[in-house]
Amino acid sequence: MWHRDSDRFRMFTRRAAILGAGQGLLLTGLAARMYYLQVMESDRYTVLADDNRISHRLLPPPRGLITDRFGVPLAINQQNYHILIVREQTPDVRRTLEVLNRIIDLGADTIERVERDVARKRSFVPVTVRDNLSWDEVARIGVNAPDLPGIIIDAGQLRDYPEGPHLAHAMGYVAAVSEKELTGDPLLELPGFRVGKNGVERVYDLALRGKAGTSQVEVNALGRVIRELDREEGQSGSTVVMTLDIELQRYTNQRLSDKESAAAVVLDVHNGEVLALASHPSYDPNAFTNGISHKLWNSLLNNEYAPLTNKATNGSYAPGSTFKMCVALAALDAGVITPEQRFFCPGHLDLGSSRFHCWKRGGHGWVNLHDSMKHSCDVYYYEISQKIGIDRIAAMARKLGLGEPTGIDLPTERSGLIPTRDWKEVQIGQRWQGGETLISAIGQGYVLATPLQLATMTARLASGKAVVPHLTRDHIDADGTTTRIVEEFPEMAINRAHLNHIRNAMNGVTNETRGTAYNSRIKIAGMEMAGKTGTSQVRRITMRERTTTGVIGNDKLPWKFRDHALFVAFAPIENPRYACAVIVEHGGSGSGVAAPIARDILIKAQELNSSAPGISATTYQPGGQVSRPGKAVEEPSES
Amino acid sequence: MPSRYRIGQDPDYVPIGRRLLLLNWTLVLLLAALAGIGFAMLYSAANGSIEPWAERQMVRFAFGLVVMIIIAISDIRLWLRLSYVIYAVALILLIGVEIRGEIGMGAQRWINLGFFQLQPSELMKIALVLSLARYFHGLTVEETGSITLLIPPLLMVAAPAALVLRQPDLGTALLLIAGGGVIFWLSGVRIWKFGLVLAAGLAAIPIGWQFLHDYQKKRVLTFMNPENDPLGAGYHITQSKIALGSGGIFGKGYMLGSQSHLNFLPEKQTDFIFTMLGEEFGLVGGIALLLIYTLVIVYGFVIALRCRNQFGRLVALGITSTFFLYVFINIAMVMGLVPVVGVPLPLVSYGGTVMLTILVSFGLLLSVSVHRDIRISRQGNDDGRD
Repeated sequence: MWHRDSDRFRMFTRRAAILGAGQGLLLTGLAARMYYLQVMESDRYTVLADDNRISHRLLPPPRGLITDRFGVPLAINQQNYHILIVREQTPDVRRTLEVLNRIIDLGADTIERVERDVARKRSFVPVTVRDNLSWDEVARIGVNAPDLPGIIIDAGQLRDYPEGPHLAHAMGYVAAVSEKELTGDPLLELPGFRVGKNGVERVYDLALRGKAGTSQVEVNALGRVIRELDREEGQSGSTVVMTLDIELQRYTNQRLSDKESAAAVVLDVHNGEVLALASHPSYDPNAFTNGISHKLWNSLLNNEYAPLTNKATNGSYAPGSTFKMCVALAALDAGVITPEQRFFCPGHLDLGSSRFHCWKRGGHGWVNLHDSMKHSCDVYYYEISQKIGIDRIAAMARKLGLGEPTGIDLPTERSGLIPTRDWKEVQIGQRWQGGETLISAIGQGYVLATPLQLATMTARLASGKAVVPHLTRDHIDADGTTTRIVEEFPEMAINRAHLNHIRNAMNGVTNETRGTAYNSRIKIAGMEMAGKTGTSQVRRITMRERTTTGVIGNDKLPWKFRDHALFVAFAPIENPRYACAVIVEHGGSGSGVAAPIARDILIKAQELNSSAPGISATTYQPGGQVSRPGKAVEEPSES
Repeated sequence: MPSRYRIGQDPDYVPIGRRLLLLNWTLVLLLAALAGIGFAMLYSAANGSIEPWAERQMVRFAFGLVVMIIIAISDIRLWLRLSYVIYAVALILLIGVEIRGEIGMGAQRWINLGFFQLQPSELMKIALVLSLARYFHGLTVEETGSITLLIPPLLMVAAPAALVLRQPDLGTALLLIAGGGVIFWLSGVRIWKFGLVLAAGLAAIPIGWQFLHDYQKKRVLTFMNPENDPLGAGYHITQSKIALGSGGIFGKGYMLGSQSHLNFLPEKQTDFIFTMLGEEFGLVGGIALLLIYTLVIVYGFVIALRCRNQFGRLVALGITSTFFLYVFINIAMVMGLVPVVGVPLPLVSYGGTVMLTILVSFGLLLSVSVHRDIRISRQGNDDGRD
């Protein structure tokens, strides 16, 4: 028994030794594995652990402000308060919402939607209950906070256009990023981020956006933010200073407001700054910032008077008699006429089998350049256009800024149309007809121009410089670098004396008795304007109508068959500063409808001293408004 | 029969006070150290709070410690005599939860005793060691060569292993088989017979695979290739390796483990507590813990080798080896060396049943140590001095 047990013990000892060795080996293996993971592979795993816990969040930068030339804010960021609910911070979501509903009106729909959202999301994820709270509502919620566990008031920023419809077209608007605008920039993918969709908001969008900041936060496995590790503040977008004088802009809008559809542009004749740019009717750009309703969108889209279209830059109209300056200047420049040379106007001109009528039935008799402009005699221009031909007229028109985009800093702009022989052969495939030159000479037929182009033309005539209109005071790059536009536009290669003849003739239109716009002249000494009326036909007047019933008056025609009323002008006559173009769609006669508007606008511009230097983005201080320096005419002082 | 243990008649009787002195207090201290590390880690796992884990674990440890010492000073021969009874009770309870699991829905593995939830598979871990030790205690070296005599102990292992596997609890089944295998090995069963069983087992793998639950299959497959499914089943292993690796040599500091505290690490208070320790205390902390475990195991071996009865020796190394297996499987698992099978880190992981099982089994180990000089005959009598 004894030694049998010692047999067993020897066996046990031997086997235990092997077992112990085996276990020792395995434990050593564990230690080796630990060494491998924690020493050899440690760097790799440290990176992975940081990837796990650190999350980079973008901080959207505040969008840059947009001001008028004197620093009046035109596009700002409003605090937008919204309420959120966090499930895990309230014992009963339903009850909390009901209490909230007694404080501010939520509606049954909202409560249901919030409950659905809350159930779907993780317990710590805030769910939006309502947007766009008024300050009053915020205050009431704040007071009742103890009864509202889990309710958070959060402030975001919402683009706000204080001028509303006064500035819709030039300003544009911001709206949510669309699918095709995504460039891979993560900023664009932030919920609630808005980009410029039109106007200056779109053209300077990159500069206005600014630079996003980043926040490094520690998150847990569920994505809950534990704490902020590091924060790099972003840079708010650059301030964009527009050349507009908002007071003049408002006045211009107001002056157009009793027309169905109209547009007006005011330029500084020397530096091309756009002081007012109005298109009537307009829309409220604020409607777009939070997503426009279908109903409103459709009503804007289907409106007969096209409120969404910027008629100042995107409406093409036959310029009518406002085109006569181009023709006269082309003829002077070509040397085929002298200013004193007279042509006889019997009331019509026959070319081949066709008869071309002057607007005045009995004709103007003998007229020279000055009188032809003053009375807007059509036959005079039929005559001189035949002498120079369409191509030379077109060349002068282009020189004055017609027939091609002006280059204004807006996303879209129509180029208008100045026909030439080549153009017709290429585009229509027909030879140019002699009669078409005559029609073109009075700004009808193929000739089309935008109100902005007409204003540019007038500015060039007034200053003799090849000005290009622009809407902002500075060039702003995407990275926010701003440089003040101090561009001196070059003198046009047009004889100064010829330009003077034209200006004098335009002076005759407004300031000489029996001039077509004499009734709309500016009577304030030192503010007088020179201009030219235009009444462009939109329908063909048949020979039958002329001979039987007589030309039907505008007031007897349906709106869309009535003539367009146009007027272009510059002021003051001595040292011109302002150029203005007005078109009233189907408004009737240029002298009766458009000229008074242009007169009032030009008076206002001079009273306001709209072209005063103002400020530049580089010197702009938010809040600090630059006062209007030295007004031309004393006004009741304003704060 | 009970008269054998009557006081005064037993020549090997040791007074209670003397038994307490004979108790291996260093081992108790090591166990307390392990539990202490556990408390600290549970405190950290709860982000610096004794709620909900550390406090309860302390209460359980205190209770288990008392039970351990009571068992340690109780006569080893009592456990020898009771071993088959305990085994029978454990088996019946296992069958009981199995039947109840069939009737009720899902796999409930415990029996609620009101103050305590008894898990029969835990009880079986001890019962199997005891009954196998008793069985082989009665066999000579020659007799272990007989195949017929090996059938009863094989059944003793197979029956509970099969029941536990059905629950399904792969980890416990493995522990039972491996723990039983150690006793076969120490009793002198020939090596080729192990080879035979191993070969049979390998051959049975394709068949057994079909009996595995989907989640078990997934665990094994995930283990083979954790990176294939980083956010699904492989997530646990991947995150555990990241936590350990990012801990580096000295760790991120107590309560500063980002993986653990930001919940990237799953089950950090139970199966993955070693990972948390590795993340917060680095290689240094991990090796230190491993050394304490190694010391405990060495003590187990020393106790076994110094014991003068076969039952005691087998019990001692059976328990020590089961303990070793817990440690090895758990740590190997969190380091991605073996599949995730759900074995806790003994004394450190949060969990009452396992804590109690471990402490009861160490009570037996200590009892072996206290009664190391008692000789017990193969028949189970105490007149072993023939």
